[in-house]
Amino acid sequence: MAKKIRRWILPLLFLTPLFIMIGLAWVSPLALTVYLGFTDLSIRNFLAFIQDFFTDKVSLTLDNFRRIFTAEDPNIPLTLKVTVLYVVSVLAINAFYALVLSLAIAFFVRNEVLSMILRITWLLPRITPGIIYALMWIWFIDPRNGLLNDMLRLMGVPEDLLPDSWLLRTPYSQLLMIMINGYVGASFGMIVYTAAIKSIPTDLINASYVDGANEFQAARRVIIPLLKWPMLFVTAWQTLSLLSSYEYILMVWGAGSGQGYGIARSAGVMVWSLYSYSKAFAEYLYGYASALSLILVIIGIVLIVLYFKIFGFRRMMEPSKVEV
Amino acid sequence: MGRTGEDIRKRIARARLERMMVIAVVILVAVVPAIPIWLMYGWIISQSFSGKVILGILPTDLTLDNWRFLWSPIKMGEKEYPNIWPITINTLALALTVSGLVVFVSSLSGYALSRMEFKGRTALMQFIIALHAFPSVILLIALFVILNKLGLYGKGFVTLVGIALIKAGLEIPMATWIIKGFFDNIPWDLEWAALVDGASRWKVWRTVILPLVLPGIAAVSIFSFLSGWSEFLLVFTYVAQEEYYTLPVMIYYMIGEFIHIDWGMLAALGLFYAIPTLIFFSVSQKVLLRIYVGGVKG
Repeated sequence: MAKKIRRWILPLLFLTPLFIMIGLAWVSPLALTVYLGFTDLSIRNFLAFIQDFFTDKVSLTLDNFRRIFTAEDPNIPLTLKVTVLYVVSVLAINAFYALVLSLAIAFFVRNEVLSMILRITWLLPRITPGIIYALMWIWFIDPRNGLLNDMLRLMGVPEDLLPDSWLLRTPYSQLLMIMINGYVGASFGMIVYTAAIKSIPTDLINASYVDGANEFQAARRVIIPLLKWPMLFVTAWQTLSLLSSYEYILMVWGAGSGQGYGIARSAGVMVWSLYSYSKAFAEYLYGYASALSLILVIIGIVLIVLYFKIFGFRRMMEPSKVEV
Repeated sequence: MGRTGEDIRKRIARARLERMMVIAVVILVAVVPAIPIWLMYGWIISQSFSGKVILGILPTDLTLDNWRFLWSPIKMGEKEYPNIWPITINTLALALTVSGLVVFVSSLSGYALSRMEFKGRTALMQFIIALHAFPSVILLIALFVILNKLGLYGKGFVTLVGIALIKAGLEIPMATWIIKGFFDNIPWDLEWAALVDGASRWKVWRTVILPLVLPGIAAVSIFSFLSGWSEFLLVFTYVAQEEYYTLPVMIYYMIGEFIHIDWGMLAALGLFYAIPTLIFFSVSQKVLLRIYVGGVKG
């Protein structure tokens, strides 16, 4: 008996701090998001709610979801459209452009030093602290001081296609949103893909050369088929994080315009998650904002369950592993 | 004979053409789109040391004036910004607390998950991976309510402690998984030997295991330090008083004020803040990359 108790006491001892931290940072906010989504919590009854969780000033309601699904909130259709545009285009960059990029860096370039320089360059957007990355973009797109317009002019883009403000003119602002997040996403894809490409046995590639393939054919017929799982992983992982990532949009439009992130709406870059954020922290409609978040939470949980089914436990943690 | 010679020549020409096409692809895909990245870094470095830059990135008029925030207060009209050093200390304190908490919790739980048999172990590991994949920013609103409920909102330094707790909690699933991986790589025999020699499990953990997982612990502490150092949203959303801002939040507000007016100072400030990250990264690139592959959000 004593032995039996000791068997689970010890793991419990080691795991208690984990449970406390996960309870604080994950489980309780998840549960609370579900609950708040069905309430009318706002700045009016917030204080009463903080003092007493079960105050009768906060009432349960389905109103939030009615407003979302019947588009009674006039911003919902546009927000949805921007979100789809954002997720799909950045995803395309992350999964496919990053693939070609990685092939170029890890396979086509034979010079080690050059390959290294390119790899570090493409890593920089990801490791640079977000606000600095945002600052550099804010400068880069500035029509007077920055170089983006000059660079495009040099490449032969006609003058009347260059905007006077990349931040505020749609569709330039949306293009900018995609570029800013695309560089970061391309970094992520590149890390996974180059590791995978490097782990492909060179025999396989050499064999295809002996059979008369050129480099393009080797890439297309040998390497890409082997990257099936890493590609699926990058797509899956990034779908989830793109649905909820708004940090760069908040920083670039919030700081760059000098007027706060509210400007994102008129600039056409208000994605779903940022909309939820602004409902909570600019308009203090906590209940409604939680309902908006809850939809993302549910999508997230469904996707994660789906990923476990597709990938299985192992592959989920070893995205760069190539099965030959 | 002549025929094959011609054949070979033709083949060489074709191979050369193919190589040219490969190079064209590399330039088009990997080099041209990288130009903005190089320009941005070139700009921030040269702008921070020069009064005026020409052609975007060429420094002229070298000066240290842009770095004046290091020794004198920053003013904008009547408004005076908080001194940079207390803000730096806030940032450092946040990063160190996050890092300490993450290392403590995840090394304990990583060991338990790697070495101990108990009911629900697989389920717990799946749960941890699911959390790791789940985008935590969605929880910001509920966390705000919790912070209020715990009385940690609007309390200056105490709020920062609350933020450190939350940030550490959000990082812990990934860190636990990484450390577990390091424990998995230690052969059982070592542990057995010590246990057979009569050492207690705790002693084994301290004297045999810990030294072997130190690289893993170093990786996790650097990684969580960096993520605490660059944390923006939590501080931006939850900290109301200026003197408890961290560097990224202060820089955010200063960009809004000084854009078009003082690019030089913004660049210098940005560089000042980014330096620790760049140094840490260049030192521990290899290990960090392995962690990044494990998947970081965003």
